[in-house]
Amino acid sequence: MSGPLLEIRDLSVSYRLGQLQARAVDGLSLTLERGERLGIVGESGSGKSTLALALMRLHKPPAMIESGEVKLGGTDILRLSKEELRRFRWSEISLIPQGAMNSLNPVLRVRQQMADTIRAHRRDLGGKQIRRRIDELLQRVGLDAKVAELYPHELSGGMKQRVCIALAIVLEPKLIIADEPTSALDVVVQRTVIETLKDVQAQIGAALIMIGHDMGLMAQSVDHLAVMYAGRLVDVAPIKAFFTRPLHPYSQMLISSLPSPDETKPLAGIPGMQPSLTDLPSGCAFNPRCPVAQPVCRELVPALLELEPRRRAACHVAAEAYHVV
Amino acid sequence: MSSELLLDLKDVSVAFGGGIGSKAPFVALENLNLSIASNRPEIVAVAGESGSGKTTLGRVVLGLLQPTAGSVAFEGADVWHSGAARTKSFRRAVQAVFQDPFSVFNPFYPVDHLLRGPLEAFGIARDRATQLELMTSALRQVGLKPDQVFGRYPHQLSGGQRQRIVVARALMLRPKLIVADEPVSMIDASLRANVLTNLAALRDEHGISIIYITHDLATARQVSDRLFVLYRGRAVEVGAASDVIGSPKHPYTQLLMSSIPRPDPENPWPALSGVKGEIGTSDRRACVFVDRCPHRMPICATQPRLMETDPGRHVACHLYAPPGDTGHESAPLKMQVHEG
Repeated sequence: MSGPLLEIRDLSVSYRLGQLQARAVDGLSLTLERGERLGIVGESGSGKSTLALALMRLHKPPAMIESGEVKLGGTDILRLSKEELRRFRWSEISLIPQGAMNSLNPVLRVRQQMADTIRAHRRDLGGKQIRRRIDELLQRVGLDAKVAELYPHELSGGMKQRVCIALAIVLEPKLIIADEPTSALDVVVQRTVIETLKDVQAQIGAALIMIGHDMGLMAQSVDHLAVMYAGRLVDVAPIKAFFTRPLHPYSQMLISSLPSPDETKPLAGIPGMQPSLTDLPSGCAFNPRCPVAQPVCRELVPALLELEPRRRAACHVAAEAYHVV
Repeated sequence: MSSELLLDLKDVSVAFGGGIGSKAPFVALENLNLSIASNRPEIVAVAGESGSGKTTLGRVVLGLLQPTAGSVAFEGADVWHSGAARTKSFRRAVQAVFQDPFSVFNPFYPVDHLLRGPLEAFGIARDRATQLELMTSALRQVGLKPDQVFGRYPHQLSGGQRQRIVVARALMLRPKLIVADEPVSMIDASLRANVLTNLAALRDEHGISIIYITHDLATARQVSDRLFVLYRGRAVEVGAASDVIGSPKHPYTQLLMSSIPRPDPENPWPALSGVKGEIGTSDRRACVFVDRCPHRMPICATQPRLMETDPGRHVACHLYAPPGDTGHESAPLKMQVHEG
């Protein structure tokens, strides 16, 4: 089939808090090709985890999807019935949630939890086939088959995270969403887990959306990077172009605020803080912190414009430099 | 002379569990030596992965945990033998900044409460005017505008602002030493620099020494003077932070440095040279890193001591034993239990 694997069009998700409404995802549009790896970064409260949950319709009230389309292989996830959705999840799209390793059931052995997932979706498989499939999955994520007989508390953080990766690929989905897949792990283990995730994703030919805030990890893991700020997408670019020549001032400041282990240089932060979603400034949400803000930035919300092939930025100043107005 | 030392940890070990009939004790910290001079304030980074003993070390320095063996002296006095660990003056002189700026605040009180509390507890200022003056000046010093803080509730402030308030609170007490345990790990990257800059200013402008506990070698390099790399309770490499991070000697430090994901897609992770694995062996007579080390030798079945390789630089690895020196630790580890 032609066309992109995932097409998100004008998706808005908000939280209702009494009279207040906070739009955590505001008119977001994105496409993802088959087998592609996309990173989504943003500060806490920028809406990235809300987006991850909404893509699987796993968000809970007070969050609600206001509008938009999320098409995976032509099927609009937002229009599926409950039963269709149940079958769709995990077989077409799977999620490694934030703190996934704490989502394992402490009183079930690893084999039992994996078997439950397989059985829920593949009624055609017998006990022996399920057994073989579990052993194969564990091997794929670099774990010994003996791990299947252990309880979660007997595993290290990295091993638990591998079990969660194995669970996510049980049905060979077309899209894997990983929300901060290594946030509680040490750097050495983090690296091996990310490499495992990339390996299995490539083997089964799935696309990957990785959500996080560690720019270094993104540089090592994804093909494209999307930056969210106050619920909006502000910068989307191929990973190399993003780091060599970031277009949005926020991206530029994010990159220069990274402390380097390889040289000693003065620390540079970004002054100010991300605005509250219930009290956004007029115009561009980043304008109070932006060093190059113009009067227009305080009046008009900048549109996310394609400034170069496959590169979009939502910034009046960048758009002007490209003579796109 | 020991009185010239602000802090002096000698052969400090901490073991948990291991009573009669139970399993072998879990050694969280083993034979650690760390001292800070009174007249030369510095930021000492303590780095390591979870389970390395870095938080245990912080709790020992704060006087919250009595070591199983070894001594902790503050300004020349043994804090446990002299009972100083429980005195107000020690509690005031050694302050803490913890990891989670969201849980140290009581959500029902405006943040002023957190600042005013210690002023009253330590009897520093009892009248409102003086309190306000001290609070205002401390907030200014961490770059916060007092009117943005007073009367606000914790949920109205960002993680970075909250952590700076915690730093301001410590500052008001004029401490001599601050233990900062992962102070920026829960803060957004764009706000980390402010908190770290505040910590460096405490050293430079107020002469306060800081023990900076972290797993992040990049920030350790930027703010600290000396670095201790801990692995499974032992210091495996010690030296000037820029030297240790710039040219790591211990195979574990080398593994850590090569695992940091660089924010540069053109500079991918180098191939893993070591043995894959996570914290494993429990035999504490052997080198703590032996099961993951790519340079494993027969002698590594014995624990190497910290050996000075260059002035001020120490590495606990048999690779760096001078000729004729076995590199063994001289005395076997003694564990004594203090009377409660």
